[in-house]
Parts: sequence; structure tokens; C-alpha cells
Amino acid sequence: MDLTRRTLLKTQAAAAAAAAANVVLPAEAQNIATGEDIQLQWSKAPCRFCGTGCGVMVGVKDGRVVATHGDMQAEVNRGLNCVKGYFLSKIMYGSDRLTQPLMRMKNGQFAKDGEFQPVSWERAFDEMAKHWKRVLKEKGPEAVGMFGSGQWTMWEGYAASKLMRAGFRSNNLDPNARHCMASAAVTFIRTFGMDEPMGCYDDFENADAFVLWGSNMAEMHPILWTRVTDRRLSHPHVRIATLSTYEHRTTDLSDMALIFKPNSDLAIMNYIANYIIQNGAVNREFVEKHCNFRLANTDIGYGLRPDNVLEQRAQHANDAQVSHPASFEDYAKLVSQYTVEKASELSGIPKERLEALARIYADPKTKVMSLWTMGFNQHVRGVWANHMVYNLHLLTGKISEPGNSPFSLTGQPSACGTAREVGTFSHRLPADMQVTNPEHRKHAEEIWKLPQGLLPDKVGYHAVQQDRMLKDGKLNAYWIMVNNNLQTAPNTNNETYPGYRNPANFVVVSDAYPTVTAMAADLILPAAMWVEKEGAYGNAERRTHFWHQLVNAPDDARSDLWQLMEFSKRFTTDEVWPAQILDANPEYKGKNLFDVLFKNGNVDKFPLSEIDPAYENRESKAFGFYVQKGLFEEFASFGRGHGHDYAPFDMYHQVRGMRWPVVNGQETRWRYREGYDPYVEKGSGVQFYGNPDKKANIMGAPYEPPAESPDAEYDLWLVTGRVLEHWHSGSMTMRVPELYKAFPGAVVFMHPDDAAKRNLRRGQEVRIVSRRGEIRSRIETRGRNRVPPGLIFVPFFDASQLINKVTLDATDPISKQTDFKKCAVKIVAASADAGDQQ
Amino acid sequence: MRRKVLLCLVGIAPFLTAGAIMAQDAPRLRGPDPFTKAVPAPPMQRQVTDDVRVRRNYPDQPPVIPHAIEGYAVDLNANKCMSCHARKFTEQSQAPMISVTHYQDRAGNTLGGLAPRRYVCVSCHVPQTTAKPLVDNIFTDMDAITEPERQPERGRR
Repeated sequence: MDLTRRTLLKTQAAAAAAAAANVVLPAEAQNIATGEDIQLQWSKAPCRFCGTGCGVMVGVKDGRVVATHGDMQAEVNRGLNCVKGYFLSKIMYGSDRLTQPLMRMKNGQFAKDGEFQPVSWERAFDEMAKHWKRVLKEKGPEAVGMFGSGQWTMWEGYAASKLMRAGFRSNNLDPNARHCMASAAVTFIRTFGMDEPMGCYDDFENADAFVLWGSNMAEMHPILWTRVTDRRLSHPHVRIATLSTYEHRTTDLSDMALIFKPNSDLAIMNYIANYIIQNGAVNREFVEKHCNFRLANTDIGYGLRPDNVLEQRAQHANDAQVSHPASFEDYAKLVSQYTVEKASELSGIPKERLEALARIYADPKTKVMSLWTMGFNQHVRGVWANHMVYNLHLLTGKISEPGNSPFSLTGQPSACGTAREVGTFSHRLPADMQVTNPEHRKHAEEIWKLPQGLLPDKVGYHAVQQDRMLKDGKLNAYWIMVNNNLQTAPNTNNETYPGYRNPANFVVVSDAYPTVTAMAADLILPAAMWVEKEGAYGNAERRTHFWHQLVNAPDDARSDLWQLMEFSKRFTTDEVWPAQILDANPEYKGKNLFDVLFKNGNVDKFPLSEIDPAYENRESKAFGFYVQKGLFEEFASFGRGHGHDYAPFDMYHQVRGMRWPVVNGQETRWRYREGYDPYVEKGSGVQFYGNPDKKANIMGAPYEPPAESPDAEYDLWLVTGRVLEHWHSGSMTMRVPELYKAFPGAVVFMHPDDAAKRNLRRGQEVRIVSRRGEIRSRIETRGRNRVPPGLIFVPFFDASQLINKVTLDATDPISKQTDFKKCAVKIVAASADAGDQQ
Repeated sequence: MRRKVLLCLVGIAPFLTAGAIMAQDAPRLRGPDPFTKAVPAPPMQRQVTDDVRVRRNYPDQPPVIPHAIEGYAVDLNANKCMSCHARKFTEQSQAPMISVTHYQDRAGNTLGGLAPRRYVCVSCHVPQTTAKPLVDNIFTDMDAITEPERQPERGRR
């Protein structure tokens, strides 16, 4: 590949001689390329990784992405990317890309215990449809399921939702976002009656104080961290307080680093609420006008299997989500138990530091931005934790205005757009509607032009429940798209893997690379990724942004959108809908599912001629109409006119994203506040109009202990998470040499004293053992994370060190999101001989 | 190297095992086989410390760091990286000066020093270890396309 030094010198010598003689050399003899040769085609796209939603400029030459850089025009990042974003150019080019369907076969037939062999798409879909039809016939819609993703483009999620709910009549559709921000999404609805933040990233430039709750933004949201550090270093009065269970790069740049014992954040927040009340810092007028008080059911269990003793012992394991109206006094009485002494004792943080933290919220002149992601959301009381931080902002009225902002960050590029707005959760429909609400189902049936009563009314299996039902043989036809669940789900050896290999089940995985999950499937479908298709993502600040297809996917790889729509063609309504509905609506009899779902006059409304001729669009060409536009416009009709408005489709290809609701071409930066949000009535100041009485709920809840805590045998807390260089399970970033070489394997971050106590040295191989299982890793006592004694941190990106074999499948009982941040483990030296065969 | 990969892609024959069916065999990326098997942890890797500049993949790529940064403080009191890479220290350190883009704030105004938004160097610049990549990456350098005559191994895909 490289010019040798000799050729280089020769070329340079020739160029110098030519210059001296005033001769123009032929192109190949010049030492630099000029003219058309160096023209690249540049287009905008959002980054493929986290929920920040940075803008990227993508340079294409000869059908290949050859360069990327931060988009100067993108408001989110103004020209910056993090190291992962800067290497987007290389994520599609791992040499083990999947380029054709692979099916487990024996003697030319599908066999669950067979070896993977290449098959055609025809063959793959034939086999898949056979299993779907068999399962639907034998067991009905509840035995089919799909596990999608916050990395699906919005129209992919939308097409999946239609196929699952309207096609197969099953709500067993859930995104991996369940593992990621279900607690946040559920609490938004419980508090404000509407999902997603009221504020936006502009709050970064307006806040006086930032309080990070269990968030390591410096590594997990590096570009948003640049906006925090910019604010902090440019304005001397600004302060950063970071609460965490260990020290890391974010605490390095924080004014206050408050290291607390796992789960005690609940007590800290209740203490701050108590401080606000005791010190007369409640914004009485705001609270009276805009808030209701409620008390949550307590002793709600841990979302484990129902036969677990912890569930049987819990008083409200089965009605954890219930809460009751209460008064300010009731709430004040509940939090009054959380004195500074109690909070200090539970958390391990000195009293004066807790008081300093409480003053940030209590001081009416300090504009506070609270930020959180997995520390709150992956928490057995994740919904409560989200409530508690809203409580602080509502009590003080510090909400819905520039700089005063409780802000839930997201970990996936379209956790908001696809999982939440499109509604790919097992309980949701588009625009915050719920599958259990008959009015909402009726509305969806009308927009989708489907018979009344078609959509199923029962909440489907959530992520962890899907794994359990696969294992138990109750979920039998299962499609996994754009996620690596066998690496990222909890307690995988016992609860995930057995279901995938259960002979009663047919498991399909669509992915771009042979991941751990793909290797455990029965059928692998090769997927197009990122700019190999036209896409839309919705980021954490309600920003919807689009990109065009810029290059073609390799060989037979196809987008998830194509896969979903093409697969629907294998079914007729007679095969998937009950006779009763067809008899009452005979015009739907014998129809192809593709025609009913996607040629319904909405989705096929826009001709190919509306596609920008500068760009390829493979799916649209395959189906004969502009599919992305049709799907988006049908989806957008759910939300327009009631607070979920999107701009017209074409607008998004012009701008660097817009924050919904977009009304009269204007985006909304602060919701619920008059003057910023067109849905707030004049003269009202603030309206939380997601709720019928236009008020937000302040929810009282206590501190409760974790599902599992260290004891004499399993004597360490295990916290799992990410590192800057790798995104989630590493299936993309581990294939980029520079990112791989920067952080080539997971390690156990451990306190030097804990290592010494166990006679362990840095770099030594150890076993990490829990009651569920064990893995081997290596000790790291230095580096970027400094954990306190009694706690270890292990990242989950490394497929050769599957830490989720060790984690516990306890979830928040309300949001059903797993707590990946705390369980009990022990560490022992690995003996040289055990399990050493590669 | 690239030719080998290509042959491998073209030459996928039926009746191969699960591992070999993939264009390249990278067990560390696919997990243990079977999944439940206990496997040893990969060794920790040595840092690259040779101070040799590495060519960028494209102009806007942040250069990787060819030296160790263990113990470097980047906090509210100090930024160790700038003690060599700041403009005023580059003569004595002979380290590359921070890019001119690093003087610009969010609005594009040029400042008299490192822009606060660029303060955390390691968000973009990362050190390297001597680890050997687990699979090839067949990304094409733009020079291979723009200057094909002097790039005999121009990307063939």
C-alpha cells in the first residue's frame, strides 16, 4: 500500500527537475493528485453510536466511505466528534462482514444442531416463514416475538411494529432499549404524561451547575461533555458535582466528586428533597399551580422470576406500578426520615458534602442541569430514581426553562426516535400511545387502515421476559435485529443462551457482523448498516435527523427495512388473522400481508421520482415506491396536532435535525413553558399538558435495598458499563484497528488494596465468580477508573470476556429494565490449568 | 493481505464449520464456542511508546498518541498534554502543536489558547497498544483511489 521511500524520492526528484525546466509532467509523474481526482462527495449523517446524535460529514469516493469528520453545521457537536465518531469511516469495513444468509444445516436441510451454510434469501425466508406459520398455527401470536433496537432507523422500527402488532397480532416486540432507558421512558409518562425531556442541549450553555447522577459523561457522552467542560472552564462561577460509585474521567473534571454506596442515591435524593422543604426552598407557587403529589407502592420486589424468594416475600411485587394520590404534607413526612445523618450513613458521603450538594438545588438563583443515564436507569429502583430527581426540580420549579433542566441522556442513536416515539416497546404504540388503551388501538387501526379490533390488547413480553419465555419454550419463533443480546442481556448462561438453543425454538439474527448472538442463532441474515441505507434517528434532545444512502451494502447484505417488508410478503391475512375478523371484514380476506401493511395507500403514496436523484435508495427501488417517505409520513400522522409534531419528510434531508414538536416549521427547545412551546396556553406560564389536568406528579418513594449485596463469600460489588473507545458490545468498534488497539480487552478495575489483600498483581488472570456463573479476566489497579475498596468495574464490550454470564437478571419491577450496576461477586486467582483450551 | 481477504470472500465453499464460514476466523469477536465454555482471558497488551507518528486514515482523523499517557492529569488544575503540545512548548518538546482547529470555540471564533471545549484531549486522541487487530479492516485509503498509479494495490472491491 505504501509508497516506498525510493519511489517517493524518485517522484520528487522528477517533479523538482520538471519544475526547474518549466515542464508539466503527466499526472502519474506529479507528486500530488489534483483536479477531479481529489473530489470527494460529502453528505451529512448522524453518528451511528450513542444517543448524543452528533452530526458527521461523510466523504465518499468510488462507492466507498473514505473519510468522515465532525459536521461544523450540526448544532449538537459543531465540528467535534469523539474518537469513535472520528473512526466511523471504518466501521463498515471489517473483513468478516456478513454478506449472505447462513443457516444451520444437515444433509441439505435445516437442522437445529447443524452447521452454518450459505443459503439464498429465498431459501432463508422460506424456512423462516415455515417456522412462523407452524408456531402461529400451533400456539398462536403469543409464541412469536421480535427483539429490536434503539439502533433501528425510525422506519425500520415502525415497519417492525406494524408487522408484529398488525401482521402477526403480537405485542412480543421489545427493543434492546429496554436494557438501556426503559426506566427513564416509563417515568416520563408517569410524571409528565408524555415521554422525553422538556429541555434540550441548549441547557448546557445556560446552567450554573451540573449534577451528574451516576453518569460518566466524559467517556459515555464525550461530545456533550465538551459542552459541559466548555461551560465550566469559560464561566468561573459554574460548578460540576458528580455522583458515582467510583471515580473516573468525569470526576477528574468535577468540582465535587461524591462517591456513594450502590443504591443509596435514593436516600441522597430524598435527603435533598427534605433539605429543600426544611429550608423553605420549595417554590410554593409553582408547586401549587403545576404539581400533584402521589405516594408509590413500596416493597415491590426485583423483577426476578416469580418463584424467586425475593418476589414471593415482596408485598407489592405484582402491583409495583401503583401509586396513590397524596398531599404535600404526606410527601414531606415521607422524606423527613431522610436526615443528613441517615443519608450520610447509607451513602458513605460526609454530611457537609451532602449539604453542599443540596444547596445547589435549594438556591433559587442557581440554574441546575441534572444529567443521568445508566446509573439511574439500570437500577432495581430505576423508576423511583428518575421520579426523585424530577421531584427536586419540581419542588424548586427548576424545570422547562433554559439552564434548569432534569435531563435524561440516552445510550443509543435512536433510543428516543425508534424505541420511544415510534413505539417498539411491548406496551407501546406510536406517539406515546399504549396497547392496553382501546381508544389508542382504535386510532392506530384507523391510521393503518386495518379492521377494528385487530390489534392485540395485551402487553407483550419485555426483553428479560422474552429470554425467560424462550427458555421455557413458550416463545418459539424469534427474530433479533441490530443488537447483540447474548452479550448484553443479564445472566446469559442461565437465562438467554438456553432459550436460543432450545430445540422448540427457531431463532433468527439479522446483523452486519458475526456476533456472539448471531453465532447462537439458527439463521443469520446479513444486514446493511448505517449509510448503506437511508435512515432517520431521534436523539436524546428530541432531535429527529435523517441521512441518505451513501454507499451500497456488500454483496447480499440487505437493510432491516427490506428484510421486514420482504418477509411480510410470505403471509396472507388468512394465515395470520382470526376468521372472526376476516368474516366481519371480508374485503381483507386472502390479502397479502405486504399489501395490507405497506401498500395501504399511505406507505406507497410517494413515487420513486421524489427520491433525491443524487442518492441511491435500494429498498425503494426494490418495492417500487419511496418507502422511507411513506412510512415516515404515515407514522408522523400519529403525532401531528397534539404535541408530537414532526416537520414534513423532505425538510429533514435539508437541515441538521429538528427538535419536535415542530409547529409551523419551528422546532421546540423547551416544552411546557409559555413562550417556547406553542402547546402551552397563553397566560398559563407552565403547563404539563401531557397529563389531563396539565400538572406534573411529584412521587414519594423510600430507599429500598438492592436485590443482592456483597456478603462474606461474594464480597465485592460488580458494576458493569462501557469505555470510551468501544460502543456497547464492540461488534463495530472492535473491528476498527485503532479503537481495538486503544483498548484491546476488558479488564477488572480493582482497588490496589483489594488486589493486595487477595495476593493479586496488575495483569494477573482471575476468575470473576457470582452465584450465576463466572468468567476470566485480568486485574487492572491503575488507569482511568479508580474504584473504592469493595467494588469492581468490568466493561462488557469484549466477546471473549462475557461479564453478563455473571450479572443478575433483577429488573426494576415497574420499567422491567435490568440492573447491570450491582450484584455480588468474588475474585479468585485463575489457576494455570483450568479451562485453558482455546 | 487484501488479496487474501478477497479470495477468502469469494471462495466461501459450502459445508464449512461455523467458524470457518466467516470470511475470517476471529474467535475473540464471536465469543466462546460453545457459548457456555470457560475461556482464558486474553493477555494485557503493551503500550506503544516509540513516539513515531502514525499516518492518518484521512485528514480529519485525530492522530493517535504514540506514547504512554499513564498518570497524565487532565483535570480542573492541570492538563499534562499541553505541557508539550501547547504552541509555546513545542520548540523545546518537539511535539506536534495542537491543531489550529483547537483554538476555535463553538461559534467558530478563534481564541488566544486552547478552546475549553477541546480540553479533554483523550476524548479524541487515544494511545495505542501493540495488540494485533483481530480481523482485517478493508477500509480504502483515499490516496489509493486518487493516486491509483502509484498505488499498485489499489482497492479492488
